[in-house]
Amino acid sequence: MIEHLIPILAGTLGAATPLIYAGLGELVAERSGVINLGVEGMMLIGAVAGFAAAVETGGGAGAGFLAGAAAGTFAALCFAVLTLSLAANQSAAGLALTIFGIGLSAFIGQHYVSHSLPGLKPVALPLLSSIPLLGPVFFTQDMGVYLSFVFFGVVWWVLAKTKLGLMLRAVGESPESAHALGFPVFAIRYGAVLFGGAMAGIAGAYLSTVYTPMWVQNMSAGRGWIAVALVVFATWKPGRLLLGAWLFGGVTILQFHAQALGVRVPSQLLSALPYIATIVVLVLISRDRKLLQLNLPASLGKSFVPGR
Amino acid sequence: MLLEPRATPSRWMSYAAPVLAILLTLSVGALLFLALGIDPHEAFHVFFIKPLADANGWSELLLKAAPLILIAQGLAIGFRARIFNIGAEGQLIMGAIFGGGVAIAFPESQSAWLLPAMVLAGALGGALWGAIPALLKTRFNAEETLTTLMLAYVANFILSWLVSDPWRDPAGMNFPQSVMFGDAALFSMLFDGLRLNTSVFITAAAVLLFWLFVSKSFLSYQVTVGGLAPQAARYAGFPASRTVWLSLVLSGLTAGLAGIGEVAGPVGQLNLNISPGYGYAAIIVAWIGRLHPVGIVFSGLLMALIYLGGEAAQMALQTPAAITGIFQGMLLFFLLACDVFIDFRLRKPLEKRRAAALAKKRATA
Amino acid sequence: MTPEPTPPVSLRGEPRLQLLHISKRYPAVLANEDVSLVVQPGEIHAVLGENGAGKSTLMKVIYGAVKADMGEIMWNGRQVDIPDPAAARALGIGMVFQHFSLFETLTVVENIALSLGGEFDLATLAVKVKEVSQRYGLPLDPLRHVHSLSVGERQRVEIVRCLLQNPQLLILDEPTSVLTPQAVRKLFETLRQLASEGVSILYISHKLDEIRELCERATVMRGGRVTGEADPRQESSASLARMMIGRELPHCEAPLFDGERKPLLEIRSLSREPEDAFGTRLTDIALTVHSGEVVGIAGISGNGQAELLAALSGETPVAREMVHLCGEAVGHRDAGARRDRGLSFVPEERLGRGAVPAMSLADNALLTAHREGLVRHGMRRFAAAREFAQRCIERFDVRCGGSSALARSLSGGNLQKFIVGREIMQTPKVMIVAQPTWGVDVGASAFLRQTLLDLSRSGVGVLVISEELEELFEICDRIAVLAGGRLSPAVPRGQTNAEAIGLAMSGLFAQPTPERAHAA
Repeated sequence: MIEHLIPILAGTLGAATPLIYAGLGELVAERSGVINLGVEGMMLIGAVAGFAAAVETGGGAGAGFLAGAAAGTFAALCFAVLTLSLAANQSAAGLALTIFGIGLSAFIGQHYVSHSLPGLKPVALPLLSSIPLLGPVFFTQDMGVYLSFVFFGVVWWVLAKTKLGLMLRAVGESPESAHALGFPVFAIRYGAVLFGGAMAGIAGAYLSTVYTPMWVQNMSAGRGWIAVALVVFATWKPGRLLLGAWLFGGVTILQFHAQALGVRVPSQLLSALPYIATIVVLVLISRDRKLLQLNLPASLGKSFVPGR
Repeated sequence: MLLEPRATPSRWMSYAAPVLAILLTLSVGALLFLALGIDPHEAFHVFFIKPLADANGWSELLLKAAPLILIAQGLAIGFRARIFNIGAEGQLIMGAIFGGGVAIAFPESQSAWLLPAMVLAGALGGALWGAIPALLKTRFNAEETLTTLMLAYVANFILSWLVSDPWRDPAGMNFPQSVMFGDAALFSMLFDGLRLNTSVFITAAAVLLFWLFVSKSFLSYQVTVGGLAPQAARYAGFPASRTVWLSLVLSGLTAGLAGIGEVAGPVGQLNLNISPGYGYAAIIVAWIGRLHPVGIVFSGLLMALIYLGGEAAQMALQTPAAITGIFQGMLLFFLLACDVFIDFRLRKPLEKRRAAALAKKRATA
Repeated sequence: MTPEPTPPVSLRGEPRLQLLHISKRYPAVLANEDVSLVVQPGEIHAVLGENGAGKSTLMKVIYGAVKADMGEIMWNGRQVDIPDPAAARALGIGMVFQHFSLFETLTVVENIALSLGGEFDLATLAVKVKEVSQRYGLPLDPLRHVHSLSVGERQRVEIVRCLLQNPQLLILDEPTSVLTPQAVRKLFETLRQLASEGVSILYISHKLDEIRELCERATVMRGGRVTGEADPRQESSASLARMMIGRELPHCEAPLFDGERKPLLEIRSLSREPEDAFGTRLTDIALTVHSGEVVGIAGISGNGQAELLAALSGETPVAREMVHLCGEAVGHRDAGARRDRGLSFVPEERLGRGAVPAMSLADNALLTAHREGLVRHGMRRFAAAREFAQRCIERFDVRCGGSSALARSLSGGNLQKFIVGREIMQTPKVMIVAQPTWGVDVGASAFLRQTLLDLSRSGVGVLVISEELEELFEICDRIAVLAGGRLSPAVPRGQTNAEAIGLAMSGLFAQPTPERAHAA
């Protein structure tokens, strides 16, 4: 049994990694009161930019991550100008970004359809990797996975322990009050949205340069949307986001191992599992309205125009 | 912050915004073509003029515009209520599966009732797929934005399973596709040699009905109040759950009809390419059409032209197919940006004007 | 912590704050025009004016939240530029907002930390908060979440937050609207203590008695301009009112009702868990409103007012027997069904609840008055709606650009007149009104109060929920108090006074027994 379990659990972590990156970014943006439904688009733009950079520079996944982050940030900037400076409807602008991202990534990506990349080899962390079970699962992973742990730690620390985190939460709850107190509401929201873009870009780059190191049109396959759902499931808390991402990673991986485990369900229907799981998880969390209300950034999705 | 609210929204701007957005999209599009080393003038000719040079072009335009307009009519009702159904693609697929299923169940039927039965089944399938998120929203408070989209993926996988296993055409060389439908299961052609078929009348009737509903009915007023001021709707006693059900079931239904229009029309079978993203493009169509039944007709025609132009440019200029998506995304982007100026105006020039007035006053004093 | 001693400045006799010819224009209104004002160190200075007189805008200019178009600010004798609130705080200006600028989901100490500069150390700050709050008689628990605090406690947080920044000038914007009369006295003690330590206080209010009790100087504003300066201790309320509104304070006429007095709205032991995570639980509420009377519910918002209103209007249905309307149990019915049975309701929030901001008055008439023949066979009758709105505008003196004017383009008072008018024109049997004159100018307030009185004397049962005690004493036949989700017995106006009501507001009242409720 354990020889089945370890590859499944280790694979779970890999499958969860793009969701962790994108989810953390969206979590920060939403904590500032901005809902960006363009995660899917930003991921795809990040994926194609990362892949192109890795191929063109020969710099591997590292170059891919940088390029992905830059491209994601740029995409988020378009969104931020529209929704923050011009106070456009956030849901609609996010959708526009996703549609645009799908088109743009396919457009750029057609030159790279036949290329492939070596990906990243797992690095066994000294000492830690020799712990039974935990070692091979958590500490024999590629650098992209480790980096996501680092980002998780930083986001958690900033939100829970720093004044910046407190200001972010304050702006997300009431930009009007924050403005009256003299906080730079726009700077904070811009920062949060751009961070969200960078993280979505890295998530995409991880997909295209590490997870399945090649470019396929629409390769994020709804992961951006699942990341948005995960943030709700996490009730805007980084720790729960991590758990949620692993849960989804597990569902994704299980469908590959299902046949081996003797499950007789058509593969297409198994592929639908993560999406169905997303719906189930959303329903479970959303039915507790008070829990959501206590954690929801109160200004989420509402444009802020001072003096209105 | 660059903006300040206008005292009253600008009526002029609400009509000018879509036009402005189109012009901006074209300008950026021109730059894009230049970057590809294509003369923008020639590109625009291929994109927007040539597709409409003959009868076949107009037939194709209407053929593509019909499903877009139909879906957008349903979506617009929901958008007015701030119910964001973004999974119309899934409802379209479900409509196609339900309606197509009827055709597959009666492969030899010559009955005149076959097609009407397919249309009904298609409407039912789409409505059902819209009803699930409505139930999840009203019963469990689950965001419809995410559930509708997730269900679109699920619908796609169900279609994929059906056409590659139980409904696969045994004579289809293992391609994931069903048998071709018989004549009784297809909308009849309107003109010889053109693909335009009688399903456009469904769209035409829908436009009329939606126009009546939106501009005259009290129910549509209640839906709109729910979107503009949910608290006011609750205060007035307009049930929010009814608005959710109405929006999602209605938009599911129109998407389902569009789905059957495709499989019983130009596609003629169930396969994996029954829609080139009509369900998603219709979101943009609804928005650019100002969520108004008549506006949607114009924006649907425009979007259909972008599809046609994209295909034409692919053949004539070897541009990538993805260019259609870029144009669609940009159009919505620019429209949202222009829309802002309906309710707001730029602050900077005003301040400058005031400063100038002040300086003048001081000088004379 | 001791407030900054300022002997050199006061020795020179420099005023703490001088405003010179301040003007500020918004797109639609001139909020301040050529306003000048002087505040001395240790002075408690009132800025008096009715709603819309420009007081709040002026304070925001001082606090750097709004930039004046013209004029100068002198601070301790030096001309200063105050681009943002941080700059104001750095100068030593603190502000307690009318609508608090606190964050519900953060704790008291986190809220305070946000507006302080320097090192971010919550533990040390919590200790300091305790110290200051004890010293000035403002008890606070630094680790509580703000959403669990009462409105009065929240105000304490705001004041303590200001005090921690060693202010030389403290601005309070309508601070007593959220306080019981007893708590007002406590606040005044704190303010006097601060003034004796050299802190200047700008006290913004429209309550004449309070200003006469507390302040040494008053600047009176009307329509964005300064209309007078006075020593309020030397003035009568009437003379201050003349400066404030340009004429005598209007009064309402309350004739006797000689019709049959029958119960129209009965609330029977209504209890309910809040829907909202930050809401108040209603416990065993009982009250009867009869034809021909105005019953008032006093109390500070946040004590169950919103929940009770929603339960009465039907926005959140309750158990069937808990609400009776004209003898019929309607607790389980929604707002529309209760309206069909003769209930009208005017909510506290006019824009977004009582009216749709982006819709015209004609469209807003349809919101509840569709019962008046504005809809036929499910289709709207546009001309009928316009005509209804027009009649409402004329009958209730709504100043606006006609029935096609957008709701959001109306002033608070005029929109309130329209909403009240729309509800009255549906000839209700019971009318519930929340905060009828909140944010409304004196003239419109008097009109609205008289309208409600007249309505009741025509045989309608009127229930008014208000924070303004003066208002309730002016128009109500009986007054009850809602505190902590419980309702005190309704007492005839003549048998109670502000002091007794104030005590009840802090929750000190006997639970209603059937006999007492009946006797009342």
